[in-house]
Amino acid sequence: MHDLGGVEPLASAPIDRREHALTQFDLNVDALMYLLSHPSRRVIRVDELRRSIESLPSDDYARLSYYEKWLMAMRDLLVEKGVLSANEIASKLIELRGRAGDVAP
Amino acid sequence: MSALFKAGDAVRVADRWPEAGGVRAHVRTPHFLRGRTGTIERVLGAFPNPEELAFGRPGLPRVALYMVKFREADLWTSGGFEARDTLVADLYEHWLENVDG
Amino acid sequence: MADRHHPHDHDHAEHAEIVTHEPSPEHVLLERALRELLIAKGVFPADAVRQQIDLTDSRSEAMGARLVARAWVDADFKRLLLEDAKAAATSLGVDVSNTPELVVLENTPELHHLVVCTLCSCYPKAILGIPPAWYKSREYRARAVKDPRGVLREFGTPLGSDVELRVVDSTADMRYLVLPLRPPGSEGSSESDLARLVTRDSMIGVSHPKPVVD
Repeated sequence: MHDLGGVEPLASAPIDRREHALTQFDLNVDALMYLLSHPSRRVIRVDELRRSIESLPSDDYARLSYYEKWLMAMRDLLVEKGVLSANEIASKLIELRGRAGDVAP
Repeated sequence: MSALFKAGDAVRVADRWPEAGGVRAHVRTPHFLRGRTGTIERVLGAFPNPEELAFGRPGLPRVALYMVKFREADLWTSGGFEARDTLVADLYEHWLENVDG
Repeated sequence: MADRHHPHDHDHAEHAEIVTHEPSPEHVLLERALRELLIAKGVFPADAVRQQIDLTDSRSEAMGARLVARAWVDADFKRLLLEDAKAAATSLGVDVSNTPELVVLENTPELHHLVVCTLCSCYPKAILGIPPAWYKSREYRARAVKDPRGVLREFGTPLGSDVELRVVDSTADMRYLVLPLRPPGSEGSSESDLARLVTRDSMIGVSHPKPVVD
């Protein structure tokens, strides 16, 4: 469902031309993608990122925002490649929720 | 770099569907171009195969990449284009076949 | 979370509204978790994300406009831009180390280019910065290849039926930038004046450059 050329009804739908102000989240995810795929680091290839995003459930692909999709794809890929473990991520999330009363980053 | 095709050659895009049946594949040949006939516009060089890179494999040897030109009218039975309008896409050699005549 | 980044001065025309998509709290937390874990593992240093954001922030269509304006006034530079765009961009101080390949496509009175990435959202980010939301939208990706004239009409861009409209689908490593036609009546304009006429949208192909205003 990523191969969208000519697909209806999207191909007959109006285009939302409004400019989007990027949130800190958007900028952080964009930066992470860039850093992880930079040739000097070679942690993740752009092709792997694309493949990971294409593997997202089609509901998510349609529903999540651009950067939310990329974040999920990055997470899946980092675990797949053994850079991070699912347990590490889960523990970290618990830790961060514990700190949720802190000022935002 | 040895390339099978040169600018001006008529080529057909393979009518292959490696992702059919839920097979995990990463294909950079848009579905709307498969089985269509076009012309080589430019020879772009040779690159590792993204279908392999996508799964952490090296994607070697490099594959020739071409800018292929199509008539919009050959791609769609209806749409918002004029008879002279075209579309180009960058396609890998293993997706292109010779067209006779 | 408050807006942090405002878009650069794009040609809004009648569409002055700016929208923000707030991420879900779960996603905000996940981003932070991944970032902190990666820093702790030494994948990149703690200030790398901040530095990358600043670098991205510095990229906007201004650099693309400089390339176009220089090409309009300097035939040798134009030749270099069309033959080896990365070398041309580097000569003006752009870091293209993370751009796979950069190709500039020249519009002529007979040929107008419209760039899209139907499969994802490939875009010449090293030159133009982050792409507009509409370029990444499912509607644009679906429609640009099948209804390119309709897309131009929707953007308010006239194009004669005697001009070939060529849709460019960025399916591989090439990142495409359009070299638009120099506006009529601009022969007396300085290079910096010319650069002010070049919009992001004209380098994607959905619009023409701004007209010369006397």
